[in-house]
Amino acid sequence: MNAITSAKQEQVNVTTKASLSQIELTETVGNIYADDAKMSIRNANVYYGDKQAIDNISLDLAKNQVTALIGPSGCGKSTFLRCLNRMNDTIDICKITGQFTLDDEDIYAKSLDPVLLRARVGMVFQKPNPFPKSIYENVAYGARIHGLINNKAELDEIVETSLQKAGLFNEVKDRLNDPGTGLSGGQQQRLCIARTIAVSPEVILMDEPASALDPIATAIIEELIDELKEKYTIAIVTHSMQQAARVSQHTAYFHMGKLVEMGKTEDIFTRPSHKLTENYITGRFG
Amino acid sequence: MNSSLLFFVLLGLTLFSYWFGVQRSLKVAGGAEHKKELTSLPQQFGLLTAMVCGLPALITLLIFNSAEQIIVEQLLISTLPANIQSLSSVDIGLYLNNIHAMASSESATNLLQGSGISSDNYVQTQYQAAFTLQELNQQASWLKTALVLIIACVSVTVLVRKFSLTYQARQKSESIILALLVASSAVAILTTIGIIISVLFESIHFFKSVSPVEFMFGTQWSPQTAMRVDQVGGSGSFGAIPLFAGTMLITFIAMLLAVPVGLMIAIYLSQYASAKLRAFAKPMLEILAGIPTVVYGFFAALTVAPVIRNFGESLGLSVASESALAAGLVMGTMIIPFVSSLSEDAISAVPNSLKEASFGMGATKSETVLKVLLPAALPGIVGAILLAVSRAIGETMIVVMAAGMAANLTANPLDSVTTVTVQIVTLLTGDQEFDSPKTLAAFALGLMLFITTLGLNVLALKVVRKYREQYD
Repeated sequence: MNAITSAKQEQVNVTTKASLSQIELTETVGNIYADDAKMSIRNANVYYGDKQAIDNISLDLAKNQVTALIGPSGCGKSTFLRCLNRMNDTIDICKITGQFTLDDEDIYAKSLDPVLLRARVGMVFQKPNPFPKSIYENVAYGARIHGLINNKAELDEIVETSLQKAGLFNEVKDRLNDPGTGLSGGQQQRLCIARTIAVSPEVILMDEPASALDPIATAIIEELIDELKEKYTIAIVTHSMQQAARVSQHTAYFHMGKLVEMGKTEDIFTRPSHKLTENYITGRFG
Repeated sequence: MNSSLLFFVLLGLTLFSYWFGVQRSLKVAGGAEHKKELTSLPQQFGLLTAMVCGLPALITLLIFNSAEQIIVEQLLISTLPANIQSLSSVDIGLYLNNIHAMASSESATNLLQGSGISSDNYVQTQYQAAFTLQELNQQASWLKTALVLIIACVSVTVLVRKFSLTYQARQKSESIILALLVASSAVAILTTIGIIISVLFESIHFFKSVSPVEFMFGTQWSPQTAMRVDQVGGSGSFGAIPLFAGTMLITFIAMLLAVPVGLMIAIYLSQYASAKLRAFAKPMLEILAGIPTVVYGFFAALTVAPVIRNFGESLGLSVASESALAAGLVMGTMIIPFVSSLSEDAISAVPNSLKEASFGMGATKSETVLKVLLPAALPGIVGAILLAVSRAIGETMIVVMAAGMAANLTANPLDSVTTVTVQIVTLLTGDQEFDSPKTLAAFALGLMLFITTLGLNVLALKVVRKYREQYD
């Protein structure tokens, strides 16, 4: 698993938009493997009914690092992310094949309870979606349902530390009983992150966590992501190339359900190997 | 021309004015190719013309129709001989009824002949009056036709003359439509106010003979009053407490069945059932609400009540053959679809993002339903329950057939009780005097019922507002 494949250079000489879609993708270029993989995905395919949304994708999520999934709209990056904590199980027509492991454990094994998996692999959504409850209850929710606490003092402790880790505690400590929906968009999103952290997950999946936020709130979230990677493995879907460049250590470029290129973030953004990646990050496509 | 024919003519004229308005506006613009120069679309000119043609004429027609009868009668009375005019208003009414009957059954020539050949002065006058009435009616009809058509044509002509490139046809037609919308809501509100006022006045009438304290706090209900001074029995006592207690008992039993079952159906259908099953089960459930209540009534009286009585007797309990339990259970069954259908809508309306957030944190489906979906859907669910409660309180047919007439003040569901609605029905059916306390009591009961439901609604609104969990 630690072997490193040499980047396979494809002979691609086309630059016009019209011919881009005709490029035949054969194999992912770059390096999909991580030295210390928290999650590994091999030959993943996802179908919605007859439509194939993900086509034979393999990659690793490096432990305690941030992996950014980028690509044009509809390329399957969100679908892929949702496979990592089996959120797609709730969609009836969705069919998933391939091998998904978390710490070398098959997460699609029959014996594995998706409910327990989701406690280990948390998720932050595109639009801030706090429960219509108080700030305190929002964070306490996960701890309560997983029975992580024995008394009120422990719960207070979890709520406080989670809010602190999400960088929200100082702003809300005097109004923990106010409704979470009354916060600003950026604060709501940090509340959702705090809520996710409160369950002590190992991996956090973020689906465009800053796309609904203003630049200042976005900057705060990005700083937070950078701090969170000390304790958690993070995968983030983003439409912002700058954001991917700022927060991630690894970047995967998706195109029409396929993984085109993956590698260290600085390599992808300075020396993309694949023509499609280059066109996308230079703004010529997507 | 009679009114309905006139109405259709007016309708045709209105349709024509639409076309006319469109054509005129195009002409003002200087042909269809220049219609961009108009500030409003030609269709909007047409719409305005049609409304200006139809509405004033229609209003005139309505006013004329309602006033016609009175004016014609006044004119007729003024032509009658003095000895008849001096009769009391009741006798004149009877006399006029006769004349109306004659005027509508006989032809004009027959009437003229009748007034000529009859030697009896009284009969002669009647024939003459009937003939006058026919003439007056005819004149009124002509006048009406002419007035309506002239108003329609004049208003269109006046309007069309004002058309210019900058004429604001859209704004004008929109403000007319707005006025129509306001008028429609006014109709609903005024009707409600009218009903309340009429019930209120009859109740005041009732409270003149029975004190409100006795009515509201008395525990005896036996509304038989003496019709003659010397009649024995039927002193009449109007304590409404047993009726309200009976209503509450039956409603309570019904809700005890309908709320849990309805809520569980809603949760199952919205969260667990497959799309196929839901598409089949939801309409099936709603059929339950479509069964006429009288069918539920004899189902309750003939099937459920005997079963409950037999079962109770096998346990050694004494069960009345018309028990509150039977009526309550059947009413509860009837109400289940109200609760389930509205609650399901409320639960389905909770944003999917909240559900995903809960799943994403490792909550199970049941935890998500209990801790996220139900609290978020609470206002809708409370609304559904309230609607069901008011339905249960106001329900009449089932209780008339299954709960009985005995005004027992009891909390035992196996006893026979009666409800407010049942008593209103019994008070008002059959030949009744409309000024005895017995009949007027029905209005007082209706007023109390109305106040109770209103109070419940206000209370529930407060509860919902206090506990509602806001999501955007």
